[in-house]
Amino acid sequence: MILTKAQYDEIAQCLVSVLPTRQSLRKLKQRFPSQSQATLLSIFSQEYQKHIKRTHAKHHTPEAIESYYQRYRNGVGRNGAAPVLLELANEVDYAPSLMARIILERFLQEHEETPPSKSVINSMLRNPSQIPDGVLANQVYQCIVNDCCYGPLVDCIKHAIGHEHEVLLRDLLLEKNLSFLDEDQLRAKGYEKTPDFILQVPVAVEGRIIHWIESKASFGDECSHHAYLHNQFWSYWNRDIPDIIAKCSWPCCTSIPSNGS
Amino acid sequence: MAAVLESLLREEVSVAAAVRWIARSAQSSEDDPGEAAALSSLQPLRKEFVPFLLNFLREQSSRVLPQGPPTPAKAPGSSAALPGRPGGPPRGSRGARSQLFPPTEPSSTAGASEAPSARRGGRRRGPGPGRERGGRGPGGLEEGVSGESPPWAGGRRPRGSGSPGSPSLARSDPPNLSNLEEFPPVGSVPPGPAGRTKPSRRINPTPVSEERSLSKPKTCFTSPPINCVPSSQPSVPDTSPWGHGLPPGCRSLQEEREMLRKERSKQLQQSPTPTCPTSESGSPLPSRTGNLTAEPADPARVSSRQRLELIALVYSSCIAENLVPNLFLELFFVLQLLTARRMVATKESDLEPTPEALDSLESPLFQSVHDCVFFAVQVLEHQFQVLSYLDKGTLKLLAENERLLCFSPALQGRLRAAYEGSVARVSLAMPPSAQAVSFQPETDNRANFSSDRAFHTFKKQRDVFFEVLREWEDRHEEPGWDFEKGLGSRIRTMMGQLSAACSHSHFVRLFQKQLLQMCQSPGGPGGAGLGEAPDVLSMLGADKLGRLRRLQERLVAPQSSGGPCPPPTFPGCQGFFRDFILSASSFQFNQHLMDSLSLKIRELNSLALPQPEPSDEDGESDVDWQGERRQFAVVLLSLRLLAKFLGFVAFLPYRGPEPPPTRELQDSILALRSQVPPALDVRALLQQGLQARRAVLTVPWLVEFLSLADHIVPLLDYYRSIFTLLLHLHRSLVLSKESKGEMCFLNKLLLLAVLGWLFQIPTVPEDLFFLEEDQLDTFEVDTVTSGHGLDGMPVVDQHLLYTCCPYIGELRKLLASWVSGSSGRSGGFVRKITPTTTAGLGAQPPQTTQGLQAQLAQAFFHNQPPSLRRTVEFVAERIGSNCVKHIKFCQKKSPGAVRALLPEETPAAVLSSAENIAVGLATEKACAWLSANITALIQREVKAAVSRTLRAQGPEPAARGERRGCSRACEHHAPLPSHLISEIKDVLALAVGPRDPEEGVSPEHLEQLLGQLGQTLQCRQFLCPPAEQHLAKCSVELASLLVADQIPVLGPPAQHRLERGQARRLLHVLLSLWKDDFQVPVPLQLLLSPRNLGLLADTRPREWDLLLFLLRELVEKGLMGRTEIEACLGSLHDTQWPKDFSEELATLFNPFLAEPHMPEPQLRACELVQTNRGTVLAQS
Repeated sequence: MILTKAQYDEIAQCLVSVLPTRQSLRKLKQRFPSQSQATLLSIFSQEYQKHIKRTHAKHHTPEAIESYYQRYRNGVGRNGAAPVLLELANEVDYAPSLMARIILERFLQEHEETPPSKSVINSMLRNPSQIPDGVLANQVYQCIVNDCCYGPLVDCIKHAIGHEHEVLLRDLLLEKNLSFLDEDQLRAKGYEKTPDFILQVPVAVEGRIIHWIESKASFGDECSHHAYLHNQFWSYWNRDIPDIIAKCSWPCCTSIPSNGS
Repeated sequence: MAAVLESLLREEVSVAAAVRWIARSAQSSEDDPGEAAALSSLQPLRKEFVPFLLNFLREQSSRVLPQGPPTPAKAPGSSAALPGRPGGPPRGSRGARSQLFPPTEPSSTAGASEAPSARRGGRRRGPGPGRERGGRGPGGLEEGVSGESPPWAGGRRPRGSGSPGSPSLARSDPPNLSNLEEFPPVGSVPPGPAGRTKPSRRINPTPVSEERSLSKPKTCFTSPPINCVPSSQPSVPDTSPWGHGLPPGCRSLQEEREMLRKERSKQLQQSPTPTCPTSESGSPLPSRTGNLTAEPADPARVSSRQRLELIALVYSSCIAENLVPNLFLELFFVLQLLTARRMVATKESDLEPTPEALDSLESPLFQSVHDCVFFAVQVLEHQFQVLSYLDKGTLKLLAENERLLCFSPALQGRLRAAYEGSVARVSLAMPPSAQAVSFQPETDNRANFSSDRAFHTFKKQRDVFFEVLREWEDRHEEPGWDFEKGLGSRIRTMMGQLSAACSHSHFVRLFQKQLLQMCQSPGGPGGAGLGEAPDVLSMLGADKLGRLRRLQERLVAPQSSGGPCPPPTFPGCQGFFRDFILSASSFQFNQHLMDSLSLKIRELNSLALPQPEPSDEDGESDVDWQGERRQFAVVLLSLRLLAKFLGFVAFLPYRGPEPPPTRELQDSILALRSQVPPALDVRALLQQGLQARRAVLTVPWLVEFLSLADHIVPLLDYYRSIFTLLLHLHRSLVLSKESKGEMCFLNKLLLLAVLGWLFQIPTVPEDLFFLEEDQLDTFEVDTVTSGHGLDGMPVVDQHLLYTCCPYIGELRKLLASWVSGSSGRSGGFVRKITPTTTAGLGAQPPQTTQGLQAQLAQAFFHNQPPSLRRTVEFVAERIGSNCVKHIKFCQKKSPGAVRALLPEETPAAVLSSAENIAVGLATEKACAWLSANITALIQREVKAAVSRTLRAQGPEPAARGERRGCSRACEHHAPLPSHLISEIKDVLALAVGPRDPEEGVSPEHLEQLLGQLGQTLQCRQFLCPPAEQHLAKCSVELASLLVADQIPVLGPPAQHRLERGQARRLLHVLLSLWKDDFQVPVPLQLLLSPRNLGLLADTRPREWDLLLFLLRELVEKGLMGRTEIEACLGSLHDTQWPKDFSEELATLFNPFLAEPHMPEPQLRACELVQTNRGTVLAQS
């Protein structure tokens, strides 16, 4: 399905300073009934990520961290069952999962002798039951399940979407009888950075040669497209083929042909 | 020397004898005793004859070719006397400029030109015996001149402006040679009433340098010198060679040319009406408007025919015997004479030949344009064979030259015939560059690196390298862009990261591959396909492609590749690689690069190129040879490229602008350098090449290598012996000799061209060619060991010749510029190509299917192993060749052809055998080709594949095999995992809160969700392990919430809780999913984690029955062991609980743990509910 630029802009307009909660998403769905939840979530997620990228630094100053931690402590001191952390995140306009991470890190610094490693923190975020403090575990878990843009669950959903679209794409390629090598096959051949599919026999679409297809399964807005081009597509060019056609996100978006050469 | 010429003129000595005498030192028995006597007296001067002759001709022609680029004769000056210039200005330069700018006082050049010869040591010759003996003619003048100016002052470097300056020139205002008005391009019509609108070609001006008179001239003739010293900056030491980062003055030619171009366009705009050129130098110049059109040449007005014929014959014989250093240079000179516009008038008396002087050299050789043309045509007649091998375009221009027609209709006829029979259409355009090196799994993957870090660094470097390359491609043509400024620091940063030796070798491999890929014409010779620039070309359609291509060629082809003897350059993409090496300035990189280049050169040089026997049938063999030629060309061009870069890097540390100034310094440098081993033992390779008769492969790349040598190299013993070998080879390549076992004509021509070019390189001492002769006589190389070397195969075609030696194209350009200049009279031979503008170039080009198809094919091959491409090409070629044969024997059967060729009385049995053998041979040939080309490639690929497989074999494939897919009947309509995770996450979020009062989940929704989960887990089409793991975890969380009764239910306000029965039913569904459908481990221990049990602690009254039910079921279904549960419960004691909760926990779980298989009927009852599940689902 192709989403016009105007439609996209309209949706993006609505997303300015909206909290990443399921309530926000519900409202968005009411506002744009013709769009699928996945599309809206994808755009929402991307707009919110842009917002977080802009404001990320100010939440990570030592002063900010300290102030958040104190507020958290005071909050749970008053009532451990109240959604202290989630409300704190919403109040300072930061993603709940990321706020949970800040507090968890700070908490562990205080309670452990050695500073916590990144993997320990990630593991605790994935499985809050490992968090030694029961109250904090609950608070963190609450943040994670309520965050619709960040956190291990959201990451998993994104990953799953990517995988599903690869499968869909593969089915389509098989259906069209196109010969291709998928990522696994390419890896087995020793390629380290690969697109989803390399067409063994290139095809032409609308007068352009397509060598390979990469499904990003996310909304291909200008900014992310540019980032992908830089981080990923050029390295394909370096490693493989000069001519690029990237097919972006399946359910929610348009295809962006981009010529790499 | 003049004496020799004069004795020839007086017919005392026959031309043949003279040439024999020159070529061999010993007298031949064929010689007439009288001749022998005449010549033996001149014996000591034998070596000096050829240089004398060349210089003599140059000088004689100086009045005819005043404006054009001087044709160099890199001959040591031994034209002792110049008898033919009575009263003329003293020479020094070719005199061309001094004709234009008449000297104010004719004075000696002795002082000025003393220095270089003195410095050269041993080159100094006083008025020697030759002069004494040779002074037979009207010698007064000769004596006089020789007394004043030493012999080497003569045409020693008869180069135009850059020659040892004539003082007169220096004293007067120096002319601005870059000025187009004053020095119009050769053959073209200078701007004036007639020529303003005519297209003109320009040959590079050579800068005038007064200082040149003191220093040894070290520029290439007629071309912008590499390390020129501009007149304004006499002795700036050029620290960085090859133009990169040269002191500003050294770029002056480039800049000046740029300025000129601008100036010119400005002038054209400002003054649409032609104006007379004004002199910038301020010296009073005669108006040259009269000189603009070429003077018609008339055979009837030739003066002293006989003398011209004779000298033409001597000259041609010298050319034929390879006594001249550069064949094509002489041809260029002759064509310049042919296209001479008009004689510059000197004194009237000069033009009137005195009858008695006709047989001597006293009167000018060329007294008019008629003489020049006559002489040129004479020489061309002798050189017809060489001419006939030139490209079709040159032949056409020659055949259409009206002067040639006028002077020798016979030659014109032969040329026309040669033109009509020629298939050698050669494009002078540069081949376009190609793409990035594809990822090479064999060498570029992790296994080839010592550590992850090194691997990662290499990947990053790869990206940086290509980024730099892309930027260069985009920007290097922008004015003001500078490689070093733009990319230098980035390159050095990148090189700085290459710490380990192994990273260097990886990077060097990439560099070398990219070099080969970009700098080689993609299709090889003949393969300049239409698919090269498909974007623009293909939208025009096939019919216009040809026209566009010609237009493109005219626009893209360099106007002049720098004269007939350009210095070594790095055109196109090569410039990137050169600048990269310079900017990187990394010792390690250079060393690795040299190692890698040397290895590749050895590998390619020893490559067994297929050598099928040349077939008897000419046409057929030509078709058969195309494949071999193409392969040879690819190998040769690769070798030349690699060798050039090897030479560049190897001699980089020693390269300087000038040779050492003093003999002592030179000696000490020589002592130092002679102990340095060569980067690659090229001498051994050359000797092997000569012995194996593979000179045609080895010599061209060796020449490239040597062309980048520094000034000292030719003086080193090691390299001197190489030069000696090359000189010997050069002399042996007599074109007219054609016998069995001889080298093919075009092979010879290629070697002559590259060697001739090498002998003119600035770093090669100019006397080398003539001085080494002594050693030549004694030097013998056994080259006739085998008759089956590459040298005897027709591996070179015109395309390759012109690709390797683009300067041969200068002949064509010279002729073309004559045509464009004289088109007014001859009706215009230059056809204008009218460019077609297409509307909407910017929009998406409507591609033709044809172009697209070509692109698709190109793209297809890019991703396939090289063997596939080879095979396809092989098949196509063979089939094509077959088709040609079929057409040629357009009889019905091919055996018929054999029959027709054999004598009539051949018995039937013999005939059939012959036919069979023919078929067999053909097959054999094909097989041999296959095994030589395809098999090796396939072997390599198979090898790589096997090693990959071996590496890849680990536990992974086994694990993969176990995984179950969905059933055959599955139509993959199950909900997507991402959707399910999202849905379950929403439920979890609702349960954990915070939530609005009206929010909740319906029990049906929960059932439906679990049903969907079941479907997804059974379909598995879209399921990936991480998603399944998350689903498993979420399902456990869901179970915990169910057990703790924490899920807000939609429904009657009073209820808000899930019924016990419903909860158990849901738990049952979950249990069966865990047992049967999940293929990843389900983290069931989470059920007993403090956090999830803590959910129970918060509820009042606490209801334990669901938890107990769940635990029993887990044990019963074998999902969890009792001990496991025990361990989990044990760890719960670490947590601080409310006291009552701990007590309840203990009282409940102790009996559960104590009594193993205790059936609980009341809990079992839920299974009855389970049977209703279908109906419930149906209702929902």
